[in-house]
Amino acid sequence: MSRMSWNSGIHRWKWVALFLLPGLIGLSLFVLYPIASSFWLAFQDWNLLRPPEFVGLGNFQELAQDDAFWQALSYTLSFIVLYVPVVFIAGLGLALFLNQKFPGMLIVRASTFLPVVASWVVVSLIWKWIFNPAYGLVNFALNLIGIQGPAWLFEPQTAVYAMVITSVWKDVGYIALLYLGGLQNISESYYEAARIDGANRWRCLRHITLPLLTPTMFFVAITLLINYFQMFEQVWLMPMRDSAADRQVEVIVTEVVKNAFSYSRMGYASAMSWVLFALIFAITFVQLRLQKRWVFYKSD
Amino acid sequence: MGLIVGLMVLPFLWMLSTSLKAQEYILQTPPQLIPNPITLESYTGLAERIDLVRTFFNSAFVALVGTAGQIVISAMSAYAFARLEWPGRNQVFLLYLTTMMIPAVVMVIPQFILVRNLGWMNTYAALIVPGLFSAFGTFLLRQAFLTIPKDFEEAAFVDGANHFTIFWRIIMPLSLPSLATLGVFSFMGYWNNYLYPLFVARRDEVMTLPIALATLQAGPRALTEWNMVMAGSVITVLPILVAYLLAQRWFVSGAISSGIKG
Repeated sequence: MSRMSWNSGIHRWKWVALFLLPGLIGLSLFVLYPIASSFWLAFQDWNLLRPPEFVGLGNFQELAQDDAFWQALSYTLSFIVLYVPVVFIAGLGLALFLNQKFPGMLIVRASTFLPVVASWVVVSLIWKWIFNPAYGLVNFALNLIGIQGPAWLFEPQTAVYAMVITSVWKDVGYIALLYLGGLQNISESYYEAARIDGANRWRCLRHITLPLLTPTMFFVAITLLINYFQMFEQVWLMPMRDSAADRQVEVIVTEVVKNAFSYSRMGYASAMSWVLFALIFAITFVQLRLQKRWVFYKSD
Repeated sequence: MGLIVGLMVLPFLWMLSTSLKAQEYILQTPPQLIPNPITLESYTGLAERIDLVRTFFNSAFVALVGTAGQIVISAMSAYAFARLEWPGRNQVFLLYLTTMMIPAVVMVIPQFILVRNLGWMNTYAALIVPGLFSAFGTFLLRQAFLTIPKDFEEAAFVDGANHFTIFWRIIMPLSLPSLATLGVFSFMGYWNNYLYPLFVARRDEVMTLPIALATLQAGPRALTEWNMVMAGSVITVLPILVAYLLAQRWFVSGAISSGIKG
């Protein structure tokens, strides 16, 4: 049998159908169709009961004037402004530390990854208990050094810090892992050459490690922004029920979920989710443009 | 070094310690770090509130069936993209890649509506099926299949093997690391998922652990029973932590390859 015959004619299509169609049909029904219908819904007014009604750009006009949406967006942004720099730097520091070789390092490495594999629901609940104002560990520790701890997850101003700390704890191992991949790609020969020239550790870090790590840093920054514009579980679960924080702290995804599933405003919520998509898309686009300017690539 | 391990592990130990205390001991100041006396009453109390066996079974069933299905479907699609030649292949693959950019929250509303229209509310099908068709899984396995040299297959074809045999006897066994990576990634996704099941599986019979767990502290009572919440957390998180410690390598590769889908 020649090599050509098994790969031609009707016979070929039979195999394509067999291998491709189960996945393609499923993807069409459960992924592509929902994407299309969500986009269509963004231009409808629909409460699940009456038939959908076309409203043109009405949902988007309403969004532009919706204080709750702007507040959710601004809370998302202020969370990102606090969280991203901390985890960006803590992750880098942790990666530089983990990149050394000494006994017990595997245990340290494994421990930093435990929060990454744990579910957000569990992590939120553990830290909600730790931040309990009366019985939690954090305020107990603050008490020991003579500080009266705040009400953390009861107040919007302090809830953001509690959620930032929780998120850093959850993600720092993952971010460090991404950096470690970058660090291990840096050839040892650079450091050897630098040491021959008498460079100390700080100069090696400043002039070799960090410049060669910029592609990874860039990737980390994009990943963090994309993920945290979509933050949900912490905000949904951590603020104390019926507290000021519970009433006031909303991010974009919780706002979408509330509109869809509490107020049955499917069209409006869909429109909001597409605005979130546009934001993420714009960030990715801007960062790709910026990348050309400040990312340093090896020339080989 | 000890400080890092401590910071990472202490919250989990605190969870475990709280879950082993009676209600009156969790409200003590200074807090008891090691429970004394140790009691399982929060676990028995939890079992009265939630059908633990059923909920645990639901989570395990959904995660195992979903993972197995996702691997098989992704591998077959990946084979069609990596090894079969057909017109429009690159365009269809690009379409797969494009879907990976869509945030989960855009999908939640229409998937909820679809599940409702199919009459699948509160069924295992709602929890499992929409997650089976993973563009990411197809992408990951296609990359893996492309690295396998074609020499083996050509020899097999000459011996009269067909595509199914090649797929099952050559491609799959040679891709075990990637299959394990996808498996771990998929299992974690199903086991930990919260946003989507929250709206399609609200009845006790199909509820998964994260959903049931979150209901514990949402009750109208003023005082959350934290020992019970922590007992539920232990049950939810322990399987995945143990799985991680046994198969660290695949969890790490799964996390790295997931990239922005993390």
